[in-house]
Amino acid sequence: MSETPRKAVALISGGLDSMLAARVIQEQGVHVEGINFYTGFCVEGHTQALRKKDRDKPKRNNALWVAEQLDMPLHIVDIVEEYKDVVINPRHGYGAHLNPCLDCKIFMVNKALEWAQENGFDFIITGEVIGQRPKSQRADTMPVIAEESGAFDRLLRPLCAKNLPPTLPEREGWVDREGLHDITGRSRKVQMELAERFGFDDYAQPAGGCCMLTNEEYSRKLTDMWRHQGDKDYELDDVMLLKVGRHLRPRDNFKVIIGREEGENRFLEGYRKQFTHLYPTSHNGPLTLVDGEASDDDLELAARLLARFSQGKKADSVTVDVVRRGGEPRSLEVAPLRPAEISRDWYI
Amino acid sequence: MHQVDARRLLCPMPVIRTQDAVRDLEPGDELEVICTDPGVKHDIPVWSRINGHEVLEIREADDEIIVHLRVGER
Ligand code: SF4
Repeated sequence: MSETPRKAVALISGGLDSMLAARVIQEQGVHVEGINFYTGFCVEGHTQALRKKDRDKPKRNNALWVAEQLDMPLHIVDIVEEYKDVVINPRHGYGAHLNPCLDCKIFMVNKALEWAQENGFDFIITGEVIGQRPKSQRADTMPVIAEESGAFDRLLRPLCAKNLPPTLPEREGWVDREGLHDITGRSRKVQMELAERFGFDDYAQPAGGCCMLTNEEYSRKLTDMWRHQGDKDYELDDVMLLKVGRHLRPRDNFKVIIGREEGENRFLEGYRKQFTHLYPTSHNGPLTLVDGEASDDDLELAARLLARFSQGKKADSVTVDVVRRGGEPRSLEVAPLRPAEISRDWYI
Repeated sequence: MHQVDARRLLCPMPVIRTQDAVRDLEPGDELEVICTDPGVKHDIPVWSRINGHEVLEIREADDEIIVHLRVGER
């Protein structure tokens, strides 16, 4: 090992693999700090923060939890704006849903490289494992990520390094290649053993991946949004709203977002100024946002739909206040839609 | 006292805002972060611990959560 204390920045997703990768390098006496990217699509807490039933459960940000376990500083970087290009135009395409994993990895490693250069860090580590994910973690994508990110051999994957050519930190003796691993495939056995050896338990095991883009239902909503607006652009508010409420599109020109419970209603309330919205006044019921250009006839349909989701669903009529964007409330008396009148196709 | 308005932001945005504000402050400076996402009661203290800052108090009033912290040496 060389005399100079070397510094590595570790991409921390909050899952087990990146946690282990960072620990393996810490064990070799390297100073490691974590970096975590906030894309807007991260699963972290959002829905938990919103839904009342989950509010009292202990909730944590997994990346912060990992950093605390490893006793290392963590830098959370807001990449919402720059990440749009990754989601909208992934050069390597999408995975099973709208997850542009390969482009995403390249982008994040490149960002970590920039950060490392600005902060005097020597190399970058990730928790990638060859063969772990069909699209982005394959033997042939490893060099693509290293090259296209610009990190080249300053990118070290401690969990599978022994299956890859030696990188700069190994050749320079900053880390000992013998202390690295040769994990391949989707079996989690070796990771579990390592976790046990390091005394990690209670780590997060995200099912699909690290973000909403791997979620089928979420991807469907995003596709629907893009199709109806005619392009693939989005704002942070849009991608947040796709995580909240029931989304129904009764007609091509508009959709409604109906809060499912108090926490969601409260979140949606924050958008009242930006959206035409409705709420029942004769009965308890959810706040509903209208997205799109809706005629008076459309709004009446939205009111009847909302009435169906209110406590007046069985009443003959429900009073609904309709507020056009920036306008004054106007009361409508409507008959709640009958279940048979709500087409399954409306649900996005 | 420095203040950050992180109302209506969901985690980890309040943490990012806190981090960005702290970057421009000196050790010993104090900061109040005003939030509405209850997740901050957990996340800001963890973030503070790992980055060497100290949470002095967390107050709650009318759906708002105010985290008061002191910037550390790191
Ligand atoms: S799951 Fe999401 S965050 Fe993770 S690599 Fe794929 S696109 Fe990126």
